[in-house]
This record gives sequence, C-alpha cells and structure tokens, in this order.
Amino acid sequence: MAGDVNEGYALRLKGVTKVFGGIKALDNVDFDVRAGEVHCLAGENGCGKSTLIKIVTGVYRPETADLIELFGEKLEAITPVMARAKGVSVIWQDLALFPNMSVAENIAFDEMVGLRPKGVDHAGMKTRAAAVLARLGVTLDLNAPLESLLIAQRQVVAIARALMNDARLIFMDEPTASLTQSETDRLLDIVRKLSADGVAIVFVSHRLAEVLEIASRVTAVRDGRLVGVYPTKGMTQARLGELMTGHLLEDKVVAASKDSGPIVFQASGLTRPKQFTDIDLTIHAGEVVGLVGLIGAGRTELAHTIMGMTQAASGTMQLQGKPYRPASIRDAIAQGLAYVSEDRLQLGLLQKQSIADNAAIAVLDTLLDGTGLISPAKKDDLITGWVKKLGIKIGKPENAISTLSGGNQQKVVLAKWLATQPKLLILDSPTVGVDVGARAGIFRIVRELADQGLAILLITDEVTEAMFNADRVLHMAQGRIIAAHDPRTTSVAQMEAAIYA
Amino acid sequence: MTSFFEKGRAFFGRETFGLLLLMAAMVLAFSLASPKFLGLANLSSMGFQAPLLGLLTIAMLAPMISGGFNLAVIYTANLSGLTFAWVLLQFGGPEAGMGAILLGTVAALIVGATAGAVMGLVIAYVGAHPILVSLAMMIFLRGLGEFLTKGGDISGFPESIAVLGHGTLLGIPVPMILFGLVALVWHILLRRSRHGFAVYMVGSNIRAAEYSGLNTKRTLVAIYALSGLVCAIAGILMLSRFNSVRVGHGEALLLITVLAIFLGGIDPFGGHGKVAPVILSVLILQVLSSGLNLIGANQHLATAVWGLFLVAVMIVRSERFQESVQSFTVALHHMSKPAGGKS
Amino acid sequence: MRDFLKNRQVEFRLFLVLAALFVVLSLTTDTFFTLGNLTSLLNNNSVNLIWAVGLLVVLIAGGIDISFAVASSVVQFVAASLLIGMGGGNWLLGFLICGSLGVGLGLINAALIHGFRIISIIVTIATFNAYFGLLMYLSRGRSIYALPDWWTDRIAIFSYQVEGGPAAELTLPVAVMAVCVGATWFLIRRMNLGRQLYAFGDNPEGARRAGVNLAVMQGLAFGWCGLMAGIAALMQVNIVQEVVPNALYGRELEVLSAVVLGGARLGGGKGSISGCILGVMFVAVTQNGLNLLGVSPFAFQMIIGAAILIAISTSNIDFGKVFASAQGGKK
Repeated sequence: MAGDVNEGYALRLKGVTKVFGGIKALDNVDFDVRAGEVHCLAGENGCGKSTLIKIVTGVYRPETADLIELFGEKLEAITPVMARAKGVSVIWQDLALFPNMSVAENIAFDEMVGLRPKGVDHAGMKTRAAAVLARLGVTLDLNAPLESLLIAQRQVVAIARALMNDARLIFMDEPTASLTQSETDRLLDIVRKLSADGVAIVFVSHRLAEVLEIASRVTAVRDGRLVGVYPTKGMTQARLGELMTGHLLEDKVVAASKDSGPIVFQASGLTRPKQFTDIDLTIHAGEVVGLVGLIGAGRTELAHTIMGMTQAASGTMQLQGKPYRPASIRDAIAQGLAYVSEDRLQLGLLQKQSIADNAAIAVLDTLLDGTGLISPAKKDDLITGWVKKLGIKIGKPENAISTLSGGNQQKVVLAKWLATQPKLLILDSPTVGVDVGARAGIFRIVRELADQGLAILLITDEVTEAMFNADRVLHMAQGRIIAAHDPRTTSVAQMEAAIYA
Repeated sequence: MTSFFEKGRAFFGRETFGLLLLMAAMVLAFSLASPKFLGLANLSSMGFQAPLLGLLTIAMLAPMISGGFNLAVIYTANLSGLTFAWVLLQFGGPEAGMGAILLGTVAALIVGATAGAVMGLVIAYVGAHPILVSLAMMIFLRGLGEFLTKGGDISGFPESIAVLGHGTLLGIPVPMILFGLVALVWHILLRRSRHGFAVYMVGSNIRAAEYSGLNTKRTLVAIYALSGLVCAIAGILMLSRFNSVRVGHGEALLLITVLAIFLGGIDPFGGHGKVAPVILSVLILQVLSSGLNLIGANQHLATAVWGLFLVAVMIVRSERFQESVQSFTVALHHMSKPAGGKS
Repeated sequence: MRDFLKNRQVEFRLFLVLAALFVVLSLTTDTFFTLGNLTSLLNNNSVNLIWAVGLLVVLIAGGIDISFAVASSVVQFVAASLLIGMGGGNWLLGFLICGSLGVGLGLINAALIHGFRIISIIVTIATFNAYFGLLMYLSRGRSIYALPDWWTDRIAIFSYQVEGGPAAELTLPVAVMAVCVGATWFLIRRMNLGRQLYAFGDNPEGARRAGVNLAVMQGLAFGWCGLMAGIAALMQVNIVQEVVPNALYGRELEVLSAVVLGGARLGGGKGSISGCILGVMFVAVTQNGLNLLGVSPFAFQMIIGAAILIAISTSNIDFGKVFASAQGGKK
C-alpha cells in the first residue's frame, strides 16, 4: 500500500468500523472524496451516514480503520480540533446557528470562540463576513438577527460560516430538506461555485433528483455497509433508489380502478392570499387523492385551512353536502376531519408522553366511565385494539412514544386519528423519517382504509409515492392546482417531468 | 404480587419508593435522637403544621406540570383570606353566623379563582412567560393586600372558625383531613380527568396538544384558576390557624413549595409529575423541620437543611451520579473476580 | 438606527413609556424634575442596578438565579464579621472580600448546575434556602451595627448646593454601579467571552458543537452574578449603615421582574444593558412618582404590579401584525 498517497484526494477512509452497543453502525466502509468534487453520500435513515460524518469530524473514534487520510496526510485518528484546523466543516440539518445573534456574528462566530479573553472586533467581523458573502454572490443584511431570515438564507449563513474557517471539505446534511425549488436551485449554484473554487462538498440527501443533478460521484451506504461508489453519469433515480434500499422499486400501480363513492369533501374557489388561489377539490368516499408539488406550492397551507387552523379569504367548503367552515382545528376534528402533520416530531406526537396517551389524546370523550372520568380499562382496550389492527410494534403502552421507530410512531399517529372515526383523513408527507420497509406497511393501511370507505388526501413530495398509492394525482404549483393525472394512464417519468419542469 | 407492586409504583410514581425509604430513615433517626419525636404531641403538631405547606404546594403543582409556574400562590391565599375576613367582619366579626362563614368561603374561593384565571388568560392568550406573569400578579396582589389592610393585621372572628385550624375529627387534625381531601381530588383530577390529561399534554408540547384537538387555552386558564382555588382554601386555613389575616403570612413558604415539588420528582420542564410523591415530599420536609426542632435546632436550620437536602436529592437523581455509581459497581464487580475469570 | 429600533423593540417601547412618565411627573409635581429628586432616585436604586446587571448575564446564558439577594446578605454578614475581626480593614479589603465571597457563592451554583446537569432554577432555589437558613441560624438573626467607619461613611462623588434647599448628591454606590454596568456592558457586548455567553444561551447545542466551553460559560455567568451580588452587598451596607441578615430577603423577585420587563428573555440568548436599566428605572420612577403624587405608599406595589401585568399583556402585540391580519394577509 506504499505510494498510495494521492494529492488529489480531500479525504480517504478505508476499512472503517464503528460499533455501538454491539451493533455495527459502520462495517468495514471505504469512503473517499476528491478535492473540489461534489460527492453524494446516499442512504436511508440510520444507514450510517451521520456516523461516518462524525468520524471524519472527530466526534467519534472508529474501532478500527485501515486508513484515515485528510488532504494527503495520513492520520492515526481525527480529533475535533484537528478536523477544524484542516478545514473540515459540517453543516448540520439544524444548522447549529444562533437565532438572536446578528448575521455577521453568526458567520464569524468561530473567531470569538476560545477562553482567552479578547475584544470583539465588530467592524472587522462585518467586513470579513461581507467578503465571504460576496464570494458566494449573496447579499444579506449583516446586522439583522438570524431569526429574521428565511431558512434558505440561514443555510447560506451556515455555508459562509464554514468558509470563514477556510473549509476545504464541507459536509452538508440534508441541506435542501426545507427549501423551495428556486431556493434549492440557488443553493446548488453556490455549491457549484464552491466546487469550482476547489472546495470539496459532500452532499447528504435523500432527494435523488437533486443528488444526480449536482454530484459527480455517489457513494451508497446501506445498513452500515458500503454498497458501492458510482459516477452519476448514466445513473437513474430508480437505480439509485434501489441501491440505497436494496429493494426493487416496483413500477406498478396498486390502485385498482373502481367506482367512486359519494362525495365526502368539496372545496370550490378556495383562496387565501399568498398561499393558494382558487382551489377546486373534490374527494369521494373510498378515494385516495394525491396532492403533489414542490415545497412552497401551498399544499400544507391548503391542508391547514381545511383543518380550520387558518381561514380562507374566499371560496366555500362542503362536508358531505353540508356547508363546512371550521373555526378551529378542534371544530374540524369534531366534524370528522383528521390531519397527520408533516412534522411528526414537533406536532404529530408528544414525544415526552406515553404511547397510550398519544393514541388516546383525540378521543378522550369516548373513554369516560360512568363518573365522567377517564377509564383506564377503556384506554387499554383502545390501545391494544389499534396495536393489533395496525400491527404496531410496541413494548408497553406506558413507554414513551420516543422509544418507537419512525414507522411505528407514524402508525400511532394514524391510530390516534382513526380512533376519531374521521370522514376525511389528510396525510401530510406521512413517510418522512420512515424507513422503506415501514412505508409499505403504512400505505397498506391507507389502502385498506380507503377500501373501507374513508376519503383520503395524500400530500407528498415524492411523485412515486403519490403515483403508487393514489387513485388520482393533483399537481399543485404556486398556490394553484394546475393539473390532474390518472396514475393508471400516466407514467412516473411523465409525471416527474411535469412537476420538475 | 408483582402486578400489585407495579400498580403501586404506577400510582405513586418512580420517585416514591426512594422517598419512602428516606422518610423511614429520618423517622427512625429522629425517634432515636429524641424520644418525643414519636410522641402524640409532636405527631399532632406535625399534623397541624404540614397541611398549609401541603395545600400551597398542591396549588403550585398543576401549573408546574403544565410547564409553568405560579409565584403568586402565597398572596392569592392572603387575599382570599382577606376576603373571608372582610365578609365575617361585615356580619359582626366574632358574632358572625354560619351563613356568613359560608358566604365568606364562597367569596374567598371566587377571589382566589379569579386571580388565577387572570394569570391563566394572560399566559394563554398573550403567550407571556408564566414566571413573569405570576411574578407581576404576585407583586400586584401583595400591593393590593397591603393597600387594603394598610399593612396591619385583621382579626376578630367567630370561635367556630378555630375548628378548621385547630380541631380534630376522630383524633385526626382537621387541617390534615382537609389537605387529604384536596390532595385526593387533585390526584383524581390530574390522573383521571380529561382536564388533567390535557394539563400533562400542554406541559410536554403545547403546539402538538393543540394539533391533536385539545383546547390548550382553556386548559391553561383552568389550571391557573384551579390553582387559585386551592390557594383560597389555603388562605382560609391560614386565617383559622393564626386567627388573623395579614398580607405576608406564609411568605417564606413560596419557594419551599417549589422545593417540595422538585423533591417530588416533577419534571421542571413540565409534562410529568404525580401528586403522591409531592405529598410525601411535603411530609418529609415537615419531619425534617419538626425533628430538628425537637433536637434543639430552630426553623432557620431546618430551612438550610431543606435546601441542602434538595441539592443532595437532585445530585443522587442526576444521570452523572448514577453513571458513576454504575461504573463504580462494575469496577467493584471486576475487582471481586480474580483475573482471567472473564467469561 | 432603524435596525436598532427593529432589534430592540422591547427596549424602545419601555423607553417611550419611561419618557412619558418623566414628562407627566415633571408637569404634575414640582419636585420630580429636580436635581435633588433625580440624584436620590439614582442613589436609592444603585444596588438594584448592580444586582440587575449580574442577573442579566445569567439570563443571557439561559439560566436563572433566585439566590443572589440572599447571597448578598451572606456576603455582608461574613465580610462584616471578618473585617471587624481584622480590626477594621479598608475599602480595598472590603472589595476583595465581598467580591471573592460573592464569586464563590456564584460558583457553587455553577458547579451544581454544570456538574450534575441540574437546571438552574432548582439549584438556586435550593441554595437560596440553604444560604438564608444557614445565615439566620449562624447569625441568630442578629444585626450588626458597629461597623468600621470607612464602610458606613457617606461619600459624595458629586455635590451641588441647590439654593435654599438641601444639597443634591450622588454617592459612592452610584459610581460603583456605573462601573459595574459599564464592565458588564463591556463583557457582554465587546468581549469574545460575552458573545459566547449569548451563543450559549441562544443555542447550547450549537455552541457546544462550535467548541464553546460550557463549564466555563456557566462559571462565568454565575460567577459574574455572584461578583455583582458581592459588590451590591458592600454598597448596600454603605447606604443603610447596618447589616441586617434578612434585609435583602425577597428582593430577588423584584429585580428579576424588572430585568425581564427590560427584554431579557427567560430561556436565554436575549437581553441588553439598556433594557435592564430601563426596566429597573421604570419600577423606580413609578414608585418615586406615586410617592411625589401623594399616593398612599401602601398602593405602590399594587400599581407597579398592575403596570407590569399590563406591560406584559401588551408587549407581545405587534401593531403592524394586527393591522396586517385585519386585512386578511397574515404571514
């Protein structure tokens, strides 16, 4: 292996193994990034991507490693200080910025870190921050508190902060997760610019379209093992998805053609300025209607209005033929609607509370005994019933919900809402943070529910998800529903072309 | 048998077992140190003293489970007591009859609940921090009370009132019975009622609770109103115990209630906590104070010991401490085994 | 300037209210806007301000401290005993002893908070009780009146003889307060350590990942608060000329409400010296004004409490937003 040193690499790892509590989070993984390259690290949640990042940044020490090399220098191990000094930087998904501090201070924060007391050079800091932003071709108000910025702008601040530290290798963890398409495009432009400057960038993302657009090579990891390293040229999304998951993404339509039941929900001319305009939407009993579009298209905002969280400025809604105008989310729930939020961690579940309480929260009224108090027996019955019906894998109902996997948590959310016996179920990105295996389980449940006559609105980012699970797919863009597709007659490729065009 | 034990644990909470042991150890130590400790006189004086702190602690409990605070408990109690006293004085002071007492009780409860509800409204609808809101309410109520009483005492009540603070029923101090009843109601309210359920949910994540269809604003208003109601009961008890009302009575108990609550293992960020361990904590604090008193120390030493005691309990409960205990026992285990005995 | 208004809304509002209060009191009373009254206002509030800036640092770092006022009492008592034992001492010794005792008491809080990861409100309520109980027990509640002369002598740093009236004076505590406020401002605005404190209070996990030493931050915040408590203790004795063990008990919540009123956020990351001063002065001026207007002193607290309640209830109302949502264009 002598003479293996290659100046052209920013990072080389060989045979890295990391064990947590007897489980191999990384098993003999090789990983390399060339200088100035945009490289994609692809894999499902929990496949070992973040463990790998933490090894490169010195947060974790691997159990064994045949080779660790940073910018051509062989190392025994990487420490956080060393990683920083050599120019390795990570932009975490939560960005790790400081909302109440100014943009300039956030960008130049690291120069203030340290225990040796020294004055803060506010003016110099602003100059340096402005210079870095100029390098990125972005202008931001340097005095504004970070919290006044959009997520996309904060992302830019995080990148600028990495560059302030002379970063030569930047890991970006799901950087586009909450950006709109145009914001994503701008971010990708910045990434290209950096790459042209010789900065190596590792893009961690599960949005395959983006990955293929930006990266020159992709490393796929599955269950802590390396699947392989591939050039993106000639790679398709389907093939990459297959590599990541190990499953063949079957190109088949589950939805059977059938007569639709009576109309459950109808909206006409629904408008809320700056969010959505003139929405006509009809959902029948037993029907799954997919609503696709890019982030920022107004889908979630529409769902919020249907759920009574916000009020439409004009337009009408009808539920089972009767005028429907919910004053609050409680009102909507009482009238038979249910909403699975896109943000399961913050809004869908109460992470501190038990599985039982999370499942029972929406139907307390039905669990009362003769004295008007909550009956523990009825609560137990409710939980055990739904656990069985939906095949939820739990320990004890009293355990905290946070002990469950993403998929099982989402099933508890479903149980919570199904217990209310809704007429219309709105699913907003129901598979975010849910593993592929569990996704299939959730959609099986969704299909069964539809077969039992429930009307379902499925909002999703993933075109394939809508295509394989909905009876009708509506395409929303810039607050309007611009097209309707029949999944039985449209191909995924056609659909994607329409949406990402 | 195990299921019985588990049920007990579920009822009392995880912390209770340790607290019970602690209580037993303290009772043992004090009864060895002073023969009077288990004497009837001491037990009964403890039974008369503990309920006041107990009631105020219960008033603090629900706001804390909801992720908030009620720093106005003492002055809400004072002001309710004042209302009670005022009604009694209107009906002739010492000559006031049963009707006046009832009317006064109702008026006191209304004042307490209103003070609480105002806080709840500001917290729920303005979204201001409960510490700040209740602090402002505390300053306001204290000022109002001082304004009305000109800083003086109010006394001259019918003798029948004394039963509440000094009487016994079947040998049990009446205040203890009152406290027991309120605690029981509070326990049922928190663990079994829809409102109680909502309190826990609001305490752990108010937005998710709202998204799940709970009326979080109404819950918050109700929590503080109920807290004020219990304060009013405490205020009436205080009036009867001291046979007078004075704004500032019981002032020193404010932070002690928080101390008792933390001792009882309530999650300081809200969302978790049970009534039983908190009551046990109140009793432990009473045992400590009475025991120290018997062996010649004064109330101030008891206050200091309460503070140190809370620090000690929090240290023992901390993850850091438990980890080091664990690694210590593992090390002991390794040492006790001869080398090469690894399996 | 526009940025300042945008970023300092709370402070600006409070400033307007305070200014209005000033104008109204100047017009309705003869005595409010006189040098004598204004200087005594400062003299009487110097200790509160010293405490307030100490507490501000803790709040910025995401903590809370209930124990500082009682810590001041402990410092007073121990320092008085030590100095009397030494046969008198002097200002230098006084500052050294009080400062280091205060820092020591603050560091006990920091050690418990960081060492065992216990949240600050629990720790400081516990130390509040421990400090106060021990102080009352050991001092047996007795006050100390026989203090060294240097300590209790009134030292004027500014004096102006108003014609036909008493002299308007600014005393030593005001000067010390000004130094404390200035030093705290320098620490939190101009020093890297202070900016790390903000960051730590704002996003502890982000600060940790950036390499901020969290133990040092807790130590700095509570140590500084302790230092201010120690200095406040020294100055309080200079003003009242006695050491009464339970004299400061209960002051902590008043200072806390004034600081939070001035825009410091419970939860960390936000708070400014200007807001802190405005908060304390708002309470002080209200009280002073009521006094001059001849309102019964028993009503002071009630009105101040009501004023704070009203201030909180309206502080979150963004009038721009109210207007926008009335037009149906919220967000």
